[in-house]
Amino acid sequence: MIWDALLLQLGYNATLVSVGAALLGAAAGITGTFLFLRKRALVADAVSHATLPGVCIAFLVMASLGGDGRNLIGLLVGSALSAWVGLWCLNWLTLRTRLAEDAAIGAILSTFFGFGVVLLTVIQTAGIGRQAGLEGFLLGSTAGMLFNDALLIAGGGAATLVIIALTRRALTLVSFDPEYASAQGINVPQVDMLMMGLVMAVTVIGLKIVGLILIVALLIIPAVTARFWSERSDIVVLLAGLFGAAAAYVGAGVSASAPNLPTGPLIVLMSAGLFALSLFFAPSRGVLAAVIRQRRFQRRVHLRQGLLALAQGQPIYENLTLRLLGRAGLVRRDGVATETGRARAAKALRDEKRWEILRRDHAQEPAAELYDGLRAIETVLTPDEIREIDAKIGAPQEIPT
Amino acid sequence: MSGAEFVPLSLPPIAIGTCAAIACALPGNFLLLRRQALIGDAISHVVLPGIVVAFILTGVISTWPMMIGAAGAALIAVLLIEGIRRLGRIEPGAAMGVVFTTMFAGGVLLLEQTDTSSVHLDVEHALYGNLESLIWLDATGWASLLDPLALAGLPPELPRMALVLVLTGLFIAIFWRALKISTFDEGFAQSVGITTTPLGLALVVVAAVAAVAAFDAVGSIIVIAMFICPPAAARMMTNRLERQIAWSVGFAALSAILGYVLAGYGPLWLGLYDAVSAAGMIATVSGVILAVAARFGPCRTRAGAPAGV
Repeated sequence: MIWDALLLQLGYNATLVSVGAALLGAAAGITGTFLFLRKRALVADAVSHATLPGVCIAFLVMASLGGDGRNLIGLLVGSALSAWVGLWCLNWLTLRTRLAEDAAIGAILSTFFGFGVVLLTVIQTAGIGRQAGLEGFLLGSTAGMLFNDALLIAGGGAATLVIIALTRRALTLVSFDPEYASAQGINVPQVDMLMMGLVMAVTVIGLKIVGLILIVALLIIPAVTARFWSERSDIVVLLAGLFGAAAAYVGAGVSASAPNLPTGPLIVLMSAGLFALSLFFAPSRGVLAAVIRQRRFQRRVHLRQGLLALAQGQPIYENLTLRLLGRAGLVRRDGVATETGRARAAKALRDEKRWEILRRDHAQEPAAELYDGLRAIETVLTPDEIREIDAKIGAPQEIPT
Repeated sequence: MSGAEFVPLSLPPIAIGTCAAIACALPGNFLLLRRQALIGDAISHVVLPGIVVAFILTGVISTWPMMIGAAGAALIAVLLIEGIRRLGRIEPGAAMGVVFTTMFAGGVLLLEQTDTSSVHLDVEHALYGNLESLIWLDATGWASLLDPLALAGLPPELPRMALVLVLTGLFIAIFWRALKISTFDEGFAQSVGITTTPLGLALVVVAAVAAVAAFDAVGSIIVIAMFICPPAAARMMTNRLERQIAWSVGFAALSAILGYVLAGYGPLWLGLYDAVSAAGMIATVSGVILAVAARFGPCRTRAGAPAGV
């Protein structure tokens, strides 16, 4: 059943929902990356919670005008309007008062959501129209979605992607370095506005699938995940889009395959899974890579210090050092240096002396700064320079036995 | 309105709501100044999986397992946020966003997968709480407040919330000087011998306890709103921490009382028949108070900003 869903075999509507979710996920991942790089990730949380009063007011207006209160276009227009009001209040609070952005986010989020809940209870208790389904906007529900609604979501996701593609340069520049962007003649407040507009678009389109409480996850998690894999902004953006799309597509598919599997939470958990994988296994920024790097560094330090101790005839008590030296064939089991061990130790000590002389030479300061106790001197100096230093040290001597 | 109606039906919810509001607003003052305002938001989201897991393990809706589950979830969330922030070198806001949405999503999924048809446990309940249902059936009027037999029938949330309020107040009173110094100047606090890291953690724990207790009684919207809105409004009124806390307590109590009254009786005045969500209305009122304070408060602008901006 899951495979049927993933391979788009569950009928026309389910297919459209999956494709729409993937487009939404891509748009959300990409928009979220810009937001994340601009360090404003949680603004999306305020925007998404601020949609609830709009949805309810739109429902009330449409129902009182005698229409169908559940018309998705009407509800989405309402949600966009109230998200806009919320965003305006948020900006006003941050710019014109002493409140920090995080406090303003929390204030807008809770006030608008609280007001939305009041309106929800008004709708429920007043018994206007067929109100069933408005709660679906909280956590998303794709069950029983109409064909037109699915089409609207897929179209909206695609349109958002097109807008991002057209404005990607300005978005990247501003999210990375607003001052530089401003010096380049880009209108930074306008681009910020565009970014927020995209966040709003993603939120509004995602209301029906992911729900307003969890849509912020779709904006944050893929962006953070992609950041693990690359240091280049264009690649991070593409990866975030890809991760978002994959999580949304698989989540929507799994959700369609069985009852009692709400779409929004599943999509969020899928992207959280991708995040956890990346956190641990990403190259260079991942935890595993860091652990391996740390271990390798530790071994090199131990080996080096062991060799220096051998060369100076000092006893080695450190177990790890002895083990490493033994494994490299540099000492025997009883702790006595082998032939290679003695040679390598002599070389290590000589290198240390070479560095010492190099670091005393003010003319060589840039090279001397590279000294960290591990770096081979051959990577810094030419053979000629090394020979020059060796002339100061003198000829090799026997290792004391 | 007569006491016979007011005391059993409205007094306990108002008292519980007020206690919850003040208990959240007190630590909220410090969280706001330390730029940790959204911790309340994160905690109130992650409480849901904790409660669901507690329900699955015990199979009943009872207070203590759920409180322990919620507190455990809050603790796990704080550890995860900190771990992800350090391991992944991610900014705190994004780390928080990853953790609380994931845990909330997990909670919702677990809840949908569990058979809760026999008990009162669903996502809406977690969000809005059930303040209106905390009534005092043994009361007959104002005289019941002095009647030990009737007092024994008070909803258990009231003494619990009052206890948490007292504990929160005690924590702040005892560590007042250390909290104040470390909030404004962490470096100076360390140099005069205050251990700032455990103190910061203790503050978060106190906030979590207040949030979990309040959540049980009134739902998560109030928790988020009360952590932020009353302290933020109070911040617009004064430059002194003592007065800010006093203002925030006043604002929190005003939001709770006014919100409950508006939710319960406002629709009747408008000619409608049913009450609206008290939790939502309390959050709304606190937001309105913040809006008024942000527009007219004497200390609303940043220090040093030009007048009139």
